[in-house]
Amino acid sequence: MYTQALDAPQTPSAPTDEDERLERFQARIDADEKIEPKDWMPEAYRQTLIRQIAQHAHSEIVGMLPEGNWITRAPSLRRKAVLIAKVQDEGGHGMYLYSAAETLGVARGELVAQLLIGRAKYSSIFNYPTLTWADIGTIGWLVDGAAIMNQIPLCRCSYGPYARAMVRICKEESFHQRQGYELMLTLARGSAEQRAMAQDALNRWWWPSLMMFGPSDTDSVHTAQSMRWKIKRFTNDELRQRFIDATVPQAEYLGLTVPDPELRFDAAAGHYVHGPIDWSEFHAVLKGDGPCNRERLAARRSAHEAGRWVREAAAAYAEKHAGSARAAQAG
Amino acid sequence: MSPAAEPARATASAEDRFEYVLRLGDTSLIAAQRLGALLGHGPALEEDLAIGNIALDLLGQARLLLALAGRIEGRGRDEDALAFLRDAGQFRNMALAEQPDGDFAETIVRQCLLDAWQLETYESLAGSRDRELADIAEKAVKECRYHWRFSAGWLVRLGDGTTESHTRVRAALEKLWRFTDELLSADALDARMAVSGIGPAPALIRERWETRVSAALAEAKLERPAQRHYPWHGKRGVHTEHLGHLLAEMQFLPRAYPGVSW
Ligand SMILES: [Fe+2]
Ligand SMILES: [Fe+2]
Repeated sequence: MYTQALDAPQTPSAPTDEDERLERFQARIDADEKIEPKDWMPEAYRQTLIRQIAQHAHSEIVGMLPEGNWITRAPSLRRKAVLIAKVQDEGGHGMYLYSAAETLGVARGELVAQLLIGRAKYSSIFNYPTLTWADIGTIGWLVDGAAIMNQIPLCRCSYGPYARAMVRICKEESFHQRQGYELMLTLARGSAEQRAMAQDALNRWWWPSLMMFGPSDTDSVHTAQSMRWKIKRFTNDELRQRFIDATVPQAEYLGLTVPDPELRFDAAAGHYVHGPIDWSEFHAVLKGDGPCNRERLAARRSAHEAGRWVREAAAAYAEKHAGSARAAQAG
Repeated sequence: MSPAAEPARATASAEDRFEYVLRLGDTSLIAAQRLGALLGHGPALEEDLAIGNIALDLLGQARLLLALAGRIEGRGRDEDALAFLRDAGQFRNMALAEQPDGDFAETIVRQCLLDAWQLETYESLAGSRDRELADIAEKAVKECRYHWRFSAGWLVRLGDGTTESHTRVRAALEKLWRFTDELLSADALDARMAVSGIGPAPALIRERWETRVSAALAEAKLERPAQRHYPWHGKRGVHTEHLGHLLAEMQFLPRAYPGVSW
């Protein structure tokens, strides 16, 4: 881990004054220049990015659990292969994101430790259970769909390594979204029981998906500064609106009913208007009282604990190996 | 020597070919089902991703082989009908493949012993007289090489790692070794397939498997367990108790909602 202030080169042209540095930094951001790991950056920018990227990485990793729950029960071999590949992709996203966070001077182990002691956040959506096979389609369609809305703007994020990771991730997320929708279409065109399964899943996942965009702009603490730094480019409410506008017609095409009696299309505005979101539920899940918070964290901890002796064995083996190589060199 | 190079041979019956292809396909399928359950619960993210890759490869092999079996049988059963609508007694996988995952050592030992068998079997089958089977084997052998590198690499790290890892991997080896005889002992069907130039020569597979596994055990500083002769016949449909539970979970949806597509 390094401190930017000590690492910055002390050349005559280097700004000596903190305000001047900040001003130059902001000017680079305003000119749409990418900030790279070795560049000077305000400590608050670095901390904001670490928090956001780590949260995103943890979400990918915890997100493997609800979908992994159906790998052994996928109803066809093709669906099983698609689901394994998807869960594996999410693990890959977690890896790129931890690597992006590491460019900011924080180790993956440190970030994972924060997750395991319950100090780091991850997307609350993964604290909901996957109760039927239709949940797998719904997660692809809605959860990956919402993730794409959130993440497409991040491909233009001011921090280079994060923006580049997001380009790769977004391609795979849109693939997941299409696969999820295709699964839903198969259920919607299937038997009455399959259609009921699809509708039940939409009923349970709709509101939590809307909450994925975070609190309303009026209540969001981080938005203004993050927008100025181009870590965030649209507000929570703007992104949520885009998601609703894109998703409601897709639900109609499936012949499913969005579980919001107040939902209507405002032709003049060209947008759907939705009913009130139950933020008390969002805050309860965020505080740890969602349906699966305990199970998700317990699963991550148990994998970590059960794997401890394995990681120790690999380290011991590598150490012995390095030791004998050194001995060979010395002799 | 590849089986195809052998002279004068009998023609295999469709029943034999069906049964033989199921042995291969079911072994890949059941191993994939075991590994798929581990995804997201591995000792490190890198291992999760590797195990996911291996599960996907095995599942891909199973799909090709079960589809081929269905065509040979000619009764309209596709890969899913074969995977989801047979009971345990109709499964032809090696009993080793269905053994549950206790700790990571058991997963590694099971995969290692199985990977060595699959690798040698597919390498030989790439020269099979059955063109369709040979094509599948040619693709599978590349995958199995990677699987072996992963499992044998971990066998060595665990065997030559810490005292704890050595103890654990030795216990896993003791537990699973008794299922290796089924892989290597040819029954009448294996012999007929070899004679017809479709299947590999069983003695060759045994010899190559022994060489490969012995080398890995030596590097892992592990002793070869004593052979215990209880005859397992997973490949003839006589399984351990574990397979029924595995299938109950795997087959639940197509059984609960029969006749629909997914
Ligand atoms: Fe992802
Ligand atoms: Fe995804």
